[in-house]
Amino acid sequence: MSSPIVKLIAQRIALGVLLLFAVSILIFVGTQILPGDVAQSILGQSATPQALENLRNSLGLNDPAYIRYLRWAGGVVTGDLGTALSSGQDIAGSIGGRLWNTLFLAFWAAVISVPLAIILGLLAVRYRNGPIDKLISGLALASTSLPEFFIGYLLVYFFAVKWQIFPGISTVYDGMPFLERLRAIALPATALTLVVLAHMMRMTRAAILNVMQSAYIETAELKGLRPFDIIRKHAFPNAIAPIVNVVMLNLAFLVVGVVVIEVIFVYPGMGQYLVDHVAKRDVPVVQAVGLIFAAVYISLNIIADIAAILANPRLRHPK
Amino acid sequence: MSNELDYLSRLAVTGKLSRRAFLGRAAALGATAAFANSMLLTAARAEGPVKGGILRAGMQGGAATDSLDPATWSSQVPYFFGRQWGEQLVQIDATGVLQPALAEEWGASADAKTWTFKIRKGVQFHNGKEMTPADVVATMERHSNAESKSGALGIMGGIDSVKADGDTVVFALKDANADLPFLMDDYHLMIQPNGGKDNPTEGVGTGPYKVTVTEQGVRLGGEKFAGYWRDDRGFADQIEVVVINDPTARTAALQGGQVDIINRVEPKIVELIKRVPGVTIQNVAGKGHYVFIAHCNTAPFDNNDLRLALKFALDREELVQKILFGYGSVGNDTPINKAYPLFTEMEQRTFDPDKAAFHYKKSGHSGSVLLRTSDVAFPGAVDATQLYQQSAAKAGITLEIKREPGDGYWSEVWNKQPFSASYWGGRPTQDQMYSTAYYSKADWNDTRFFNDKFDQMLIQARAELDETKRKKLYADMGTIVNQEGGVIVPMFNDFIDATGPKVGGWSPDGNQEMMGGYALSKCWVMA
Repeated sequence: MSSPIVKLIAQRIALGVLLLFAVSILIFVGTQILPGDVAQSILGQSATPQALENLRNSLGLNDPAYIRYLRWAGGVVTGDLGTALSSGQDIAGSIGGRLWNTLFLAFWAAVISVPLAIILGLLAVRYRNGPIDKLISGLALASTSLPEFFIGYLLVYFFAVKWQIFPGISTVYDGMPFLERLRAIALPATALTLVVLAHMMRMTRAAILNVMQSAYIETAELKGLRPFDIIRKHAFPNAIAPIVNVVMLNLAFLVVGVVVIEVIFVYPGMGQYLVDHVAKRDVPVVQAVGLIFAAVYISLNIIADIAAILANPRLRHPK
Repeated sequence: MSNELDYLSRLAVTGKLSRRAFLGRAAALGATAAFANSMLLTAARAEGPVKGGILRAGMQGGAATDSLDPATWSSQVPYFFGRQWGEQLVQIDATGVLQPALAEEWGASADAKTWTFKIRKGVQFHNGKEMTPADVVATMERHSNAESKSGALGIMGGIDSVKADGDTVVFALKDANADLPFLMDDYHLMIQPNGGKDNPTEGVGTGPYKVTVTEQGVRLGGEKFAGYWRDDRGFADQIEVVVINDPTARTAALQGGQVDIINRVEPKIVELIKRVPGVTIQNVAGKGHYVFIAHCNTAPFDNNDLRLALKFALDREELVQKILFGYGSVGNDTPINKAYPLFTEMEQRTFDPDKAAFHYKKSGHSGSVLLRTSDVAFPGAVDATQLYQQSAAKAGITLEIKREPGDGYWSEVWNKQPFSASYWGGRPTQDQMYSTAYYSKADWNDTRFFNDKFDQMLIQARAELDETKRKKLYADMGTIVNQEGGVIVPMFNDFIDATGPKVGGWSPDGNQEMMGGYALSKCWVMA
């Protein structure tokens, strides 16, 4: 591998780290300006002033903000995310299970949706402007246009309540057999697939169509290649950068943007975990989850960037 | 016909006839599905509890931030689960009468300042140790010392000392309190080994179920405790609470048979749920109520005529019909209703635009009145506020509504802003309700109600062991709050739960939702 490429990649990663650092400051500031205070939220409506004061003292909420930031950032760098204010449990430990659940669901949704979207995109290009293209685009756009909670409720109504094929609540737990687990996430994974499908499919279609205007495609046609071979061999490799980009965006969404689906299917993932802790003003947990989400987003985007660099022959073979 | 139905229902309960077949035959005999179902339940109850199986509840009110430490509890799921794995000294039954639990009996000195509880012997904790009076004392200490973060701190304030004496525990109070035993039913005050001081989140109690699964905000589970001391509860082998905060998902889980009992069925969908075969709506009148609270010491609400105008300008019947869909009863501008012991009926205040206009004019106020509301104030609060705005307009009073975000409502708006929507859960006794929110020195005196005469009567009633005299005092106090208070009570809401086809043994208990909090311990899985 030649040095310019290594340098480019190193640059991307360094930028990513810098960005993460900036995000950490934003997250910290953001959590400081949330209204209300932790002690009040933990003890709820039924809190007496004395209980509040006792709790505030024991949580160290009376220290200045910059000291709390430094303490926190220092901990994160050394792998210590702190302890949750509300339950007193180690955050890294309790996030672990939730993160795994989120990744499990995202993985299976991606395994279904990414190949499906790309294949449908290729088919749509192959039969562009014909009835098949229209059908694929129409269905995909329809599924995206429906809000995700509506798709979720529709799936629950038919598959869980009416036909009772799949469970309507996707509570998964440690030690659950693998197939049981897959059965439990069938509905949320389907809902997520329907949500992200159209974006990836349409972008695949658009990116390839864009390439199809090129002169070398015409050459390939004149050579007498079959239309699908032209798309597969000549158009698709050249359209890979934008496709990877949109795939990564959607993967990031599958990890960080699924709160609604988690709530509907009662799936114990990161989103619900975050919302619970925001409601309780459990700042250390909110910060930790925010940082993890930012890291996921940034690293997936770095991967997309790097893939685009590697897919570009001009960058792979510098003069 | 009914003889034959009786016969069939007995067959069904003993398993000689399938449930479905029973319902079919009952329909053939002309019985409605609801009636046939209730026959089945009655027969099942007569047949007696069934042991074994797993009973699952799907509930709103749980979060990943919950804990097994009773001191921290303030929401439904941890509290409800706690009722299954731990017990208090006493338990209030469905009729409001105090029943012995970990205390066998109790009594007061003549001045109601010293209370003695005889502690039951031979009760085992889940860790195998026997419960002793020392554990009771330690529990009380943990929830009442100055560093305590316990939600029970407020009610423990009046206790001077708690000491073990042989097989009894003696409470010495700072001031007389005829209701002290009722306070001991508070869910925070579950008796734990050494009061839970060693490890607050250990989850060890004396209840029928020992804690086996704690995935907070997701799933909580318990297993029958073999050494449990009583045999009238704890029928299922296993219990499970699944946290389902989304109402639609909760209903779907009940319909799909993934859970057997759910809490908080929304009033507007009750009629739809009723039609689902096998599902029974369980609603019971409770002490919880929705309120509009005005600060009696803040202009313009410091004028009693304005407060009266606002009270007369509210159409309570309309709100009960449109917000609760009839699953509730009208309020009367006091926090007390007939569900409380020692309740005295008082003339019902009704919507009267003329009287409202009269008092409004007399108050001399002009311009609009700002009312803050939020989705979280109570279910349907925003709609209720708008209905209030319309009825007030008929009396010539302009209510300006400000919708506040739910996030932070309890810390920034409630008990801070002068006029807002809110709710109150009930308290076991009138004294507790009034002491919590209407006594002038109470932390949560959210109407800023300072009335010397009221305070005096409250303290007098607390020390009064003669019931007739107490009843009179409470009636007078109710009148004061009704006439001069800052609380406007549109309605008392029913608790609405729903059970699936497998649940046996349900009986109404208005102390709390889910059968007073004991649904999983007192119900059983029908064969």
